Amino acid sequence: MLDRPHQYVPKAYWTIGRDTMAGDAHAEHERARRFRDAALPYLDDVFTLARYLMRNAADAEDAVQECYLRALRHFDSYRGPAMKPWLLAILRNVCNAEFARRGRQESPTDFSDHEPAAEDPPMWQEPQASPEAAMLRRQDGATIRRLVAALPQPFREAIVLREINDLSYQEIAHVAGVPVGTVMSRLARARTMLRSAWNVAEGAAL
Amino acid sequence: MNCAEADILLHALIDGELDAGHARDVEAHVASCPACAGKLESFRAMREAMAGAGLKDAAPARLRSRIEAALPAPSAQIIAPRQFFQPSRRSFFGGFAVGTALSAALAASLVLTVVRNDQDQTIANEVVSAHIRSLQAGHLMDVETSDQHTVKPWFNGKVDVAPPVIDLTAQGFTLLGGRLDYVDGEPVASIVYQRRKHVINLFVAQRLGTKQAGAKTETIQGYNVRHWSEEGLDFWAVSDIAADELDEFGQKIADALGPHPAS
Repeated sequence: MLDRPHQYVPKAYWTIGRDTMAGDAHAEHERARRFRDAALPYLDDVFTLARYLMRNAADAEDAVQECYLRALRHFDSYRGPAMKPWLLAILRNVCNAEFARRGRQESPTDFSDHEPAAEDPPMWQEPQASPEAAMLRRQDGATIRRLVAALPQPFREAIVLREINDLSYQEIAHVAGVPVGTVMSRLARARTMLRSAWNVAEGAAL
Repeated sequence: MNCAEADILLHALIDGELDAGHARDVEAHVASCPACAGKLESFRAMREAMAGAGLKDAAPARLRSRIEAALPAPSAQIIAPRQFFQPSRRSFFGGFAVGTALSAALAASLVLTVVRNDQDQTIANEVVSAHIRSLQAGHLMDVETSDQHTVKPWFNGKVDVAPPVIDLTAQGFTLLGGRLDYVDGEPVASIVYQRRKHVINLFVAQRLGTKQAGAKTETIQGYNVRHWSEEGLDFWAVSDIAADELDEFGQKIADALGPHPAS
């Protein structure tokens, strides 16, 4: 056995260990089952947001696992909102804590695998004078992902929560911790930036 | 409605977030404004293109099983945290992935040891949880005021101590208010401060962990936690500000309490 065990025990777990020993094993199992039924259906949603916030799959996986551990620990005090925004809010805190720990450095994105960044056209420009819907050509999924991933954080988060996680404005406001009005202006800005980048990418593709 | 308003509201229209009255207003404006009509159309097209592009990721199967494995299993008397000790790619999230492969038996015995000996660690985890909860639940403050003479009496009868409430606004830590919280099953006073955009929860109780002669600062889940004891009270400060700033905060509180309690 180790001489100094304290240093080797990940702090995050041992609430689980203690609760289990102190409480009834059956109740603990029941609680875990309820948590599994309630939270696991949103794993893809949580992973998707993690992927766009952390910007690469490896960090995203770590963040999601940490998110679920925290959610399990706080499950007893969970009283709403809906499970999906609750989980996404926890995930967002996990990601922010990680960025704070790293000192605000974002890790390299793995969204740009398909195109070398150096040859990318400028990401966005001011909106065209008369943008026509007909001009907006369909982009393939990989290109759209790259365009979304290149948006600055608050806008990227807003557009992902809206278009991919399919949250309401109210739920986005909860996850991002801002008023609904801010959500609206961020979404407007996000879509405007995205559309410009979209048009630029289109120009490059032609 | 003018174009500037429509610029924002047409997104809410696309997203189905407008009530009937506002939706009619936006539609009326768009009908008479080709520029806004063009925007509406292009944003709608973009939204449809995104919806059809399969942008949602499926979580990898190994991630799902990692999480499944971490949930308490019915047969286990003690949940051995073996799942967490798998060799990880690298250390991530502070104490979370230890990057060391320990056997399940060893890990289980460590949990036992720690549970018996290290009550402070429980408290430290709980105050971090309470801090996170306070940020998430929209329940940061029960009494919201920068006036220390309002915060202090508010705690009367709610907790069994009169927590010192010290205004450090002049020193860069703004007093936001107070909150009743529960840590380790006991009611605890939390005094809420702000440093720039960062919230600091200062938990105060008569007995919250072992008495610390000197202050001790550690990092849990990316949050800094500083614990010290003074005037027969235990203090736990939790925040995401840098450790040295939290130390400065703790020092200022301790100084203010000093030989002549300030409050």
